[in-house]
Amino acid sequence: MPVTVEIPTERWTGEIREVTLGATADEGGTRTKTVTVGGQSTLPFLHFEGETPNPPVIGIEIQDGYPADWSSALLAAWGDVVNDPAAWAQKAEEMGADVIVLKLRGTDKEGNPTTAAQAAATIKAVLGATGLPIVAKGPGQAEADNELLVAVAEAASGERLALGLCEDKNYRTIVAGALAHDHLVVASSPIDVNLAKQLNILISDMRLPLERVLMDPTTGALGYGLEYTYSVMERLRIAALTGDGMTQQPMICFVGEESWRQKESRTAEGVPEEWGDLEKRGITWEIVTATSLLESGADILVLRHPKTIAAMRETIDKLMA
Amino acid sequence: MAMSGLQIYKLLPKTNCKDCGFPTCLAFAMKLAAKQVELDACPHVSDEAKEALSAASAPPIRLIKIGSGDQEFQVGNETVMFRHEKTFYNQPGLTIRVKDTEDAGSIAAKLDAVSNYCVERVGIDMTFNAIAIENTSGDASTFADAVEAVRAKTKLPLVLMSADPDALKAALAKEGGHKPLLYAATTENWEVMAEVAKAGAASLVVHSSNGLDELADLTSKLNDAGVENLVLDPGSRDLAQSLAQLTQIRRLALKQNFKPLGYPLITFPGEVADTEEGEIIAATQYIAKYAGVIVMDRFDPAVAYPLLTLRLNIYTDPQKPISVDPGIYEFNNPTADSPLLTTTNFSLTYFSVAGELDGAGTPAWLLICEAEGMSVLTAWAAGKFDAETIAKAVKTYGAGDKLNHKKITLPGHVAVLSGELEEELPGWEIQVGPREAVDIPAYLKNWS
Repeated sequence: MPVTVEIPTERWTGEIREVTLGATADEGGTRTKTVTVGGQSTLPFLHFEGETPNPPVIGIEIQDGYPADWSSALLAAWGDVVNDPAAWAQKAEEMGADVIVLKLRGTDKEGNPTTAAQAAATIKAVLGATGLPIVAKGPGQAEADNELLVAVAEAASGERLALGLCEDKNYRTIVAGALAHDHLVVASSPIDVNLAKQLNILISDMRLPLERVLMDPTTGALGYGLEYTYSVMERLRIAALTGDGMTQQPMICFVGEESWRQKESRTAEGVPEEWGDLEKRGITWEIVTATSLLESGADILVLRHPKTIAAMRETIDKLMA
Repeated sequence: MAMSGLQIYKLLPKTNCKDCGFPTCLAFAMKLAAKQVELDACPHVSDEAKEALSAASAPPIRLIKIGSGDQEFQVGNETVMFRHEKTFYNQPGLTIRVKDTEDAGSIAAKLDAVSNYCVERVGIDMTFNAIAIENTSGDASTFADAVEAVRAKTKLPLVLMSADPDALKAALAKEGGHKPLLYAATTENWEVMAEVAKAGAASLVVHSSNGLDELADLTSKLNDAGVENLVLDPGSRDLAQSLAQLTQIRRLALKQNFKPLGYPLITFPGEVADTEEGEIIAATQYIAKYAGVIVMDRFDPAVAYPLLTLRLNIYTDPQKPISVDPGIYEFNNPTADSPLLTTTNFSLTYFSVAGELDGAGTPAWLLICEAEGMSVLTAWAAGKFDAETIAKAVKTYGAGDKLNHKKITLPGHVAVLSGELEEELPGWEIQVGPREAVDIPAYLKNWS
């Protein structure tokens, strides 16, 4: 007697909010294209039970100065452009970025703190060099973030940048900047469903529409808390699909920054032979981190190595097919 | 589906004869429901009751053991779709495939690389689990010779792959009786394959590329033929489609207790992609999403280490975070003049701090205190990370002997402990570091 298998599907009641980065000339900016993420009505890539109207996208990280702390494998792959954010943005666009992620280092070559004027000049140069939407990320210290991101918001008024990181300790300043100059924010919380949700509530209480909020669940790299990020993202995504309106933001994961910071991606000498070749290990570290977070709900993967970028582009295409 | 104690009680003799060692049948039923006792303890239970109870107590995804002795690995027995719901139990068996058309030297080199590979992480030794041998030549005796040669070189469990039952039979004769996994039974050959698997005491992969109906039909037929140790290959070699298939099969098994598909799954990342990166990505997906056996075609330590690390991460029990061993850890070859920082033994805390210390490039010592695997604030609130604990760790691990100075840096979140710690550690200067690990490099730059 032939067996008939009934394919089980989940009946989700919620969906992820659509968020659009960038504004074209018609919309008050100068971007040649905009990028929309979110809109899913199912878990990642389960096309048999729901829609994924917008594929996840790739952000390429560039910095506003020579990244002296970067792994040799990364510096070799990018060459001279790392000395000039505008040239770097152009190269990233050629390499297939959907979004440019500009990370402000916080200090210049001589180690002096970056000034608001310097940050404003950098964002203008990058806006001039690429037509892609931009995520602007501060150095990660609340005070410096506030000062530099407000200057960036003002200099790029109307461009619909995503400003980050917007955390519980500085969200008022960042959200005010986004409201005043028509930008988005990257709401960042430390690997916790409730804290992520709470920050979204605080932000929306300030009247920034949730259509202008991306969530950063905080990325733990492979071997450095990846499993925590992975599970928090799955829990956030399930909460969103079950209808919890304050968890329905698309998620951005700073994969490159976290995976290339680890010893495994940087150290060739004095490590066990079983670790293998440094460059390949570093790239694999980034690829494995990126793929697992893509499968747990990432909408924007922010990457560093050109080989990872190419591999993840192909993977997203395959998973969307 | 698990049965309640009352449901089980209805199936028992209800005589309260105490032969099982419990005062009443109801007490015994409760113990059965809690899986604290075996049904065999009751000598009077009827055959119908036995059947009903064993069907109900069988795990929704059958546990399959591959290999023998201390090389044996087991897959299946999973109970959840998402690791946060409980945990994933049995790590997928990572396997490297060789072909019987490869020359002996090339096979030997791969075997050496794979079977000797062992890499340590957080005190855990991580290894690959098995070797697959494919009968690419189509010739039974070539295949049997290759299996014999592999068996002579490695004790790892084997996956024997051939469409020809006779070739598998010949290979089994040379395998040495170590309970290999056979690949694969199909609609064309399942009857003969069932006999081969039974005779060889081997587990059997069931393969169908024609959808889950055919796959379920085949497993039912194999069950009827007496073969129960099955592994499924639902056929797709497409990243998105196999994600859907593996998810559907896991849901059917776990949520609907659909027995015909309640088996572990085997996957082939090398057949999903042409490139090495593509194979890595497919393997990553299969580790996270539901594979029981993962057969790869390439082996490179620089890839093996990240994949084994991912497997360890995903299969870590979320309710019991791995804590690191208390002690003093070195970063960037510290000297007696380097700073000493301290924090708790929660693995995520350790890794955040360790990552920053490594990345900072400045030499430093890190004293990890026993705080029952809790993070800084949680441990502090619970009284597990206080001045006494820290002072004790300083003494136990001889921090003072390693240093020319007597300075220790506290996590910023527990700055409040400074005063008490000064009392506990007379002569020490207590410094307060940043609250967040990310600010450690800047802190170290200005440390004095």
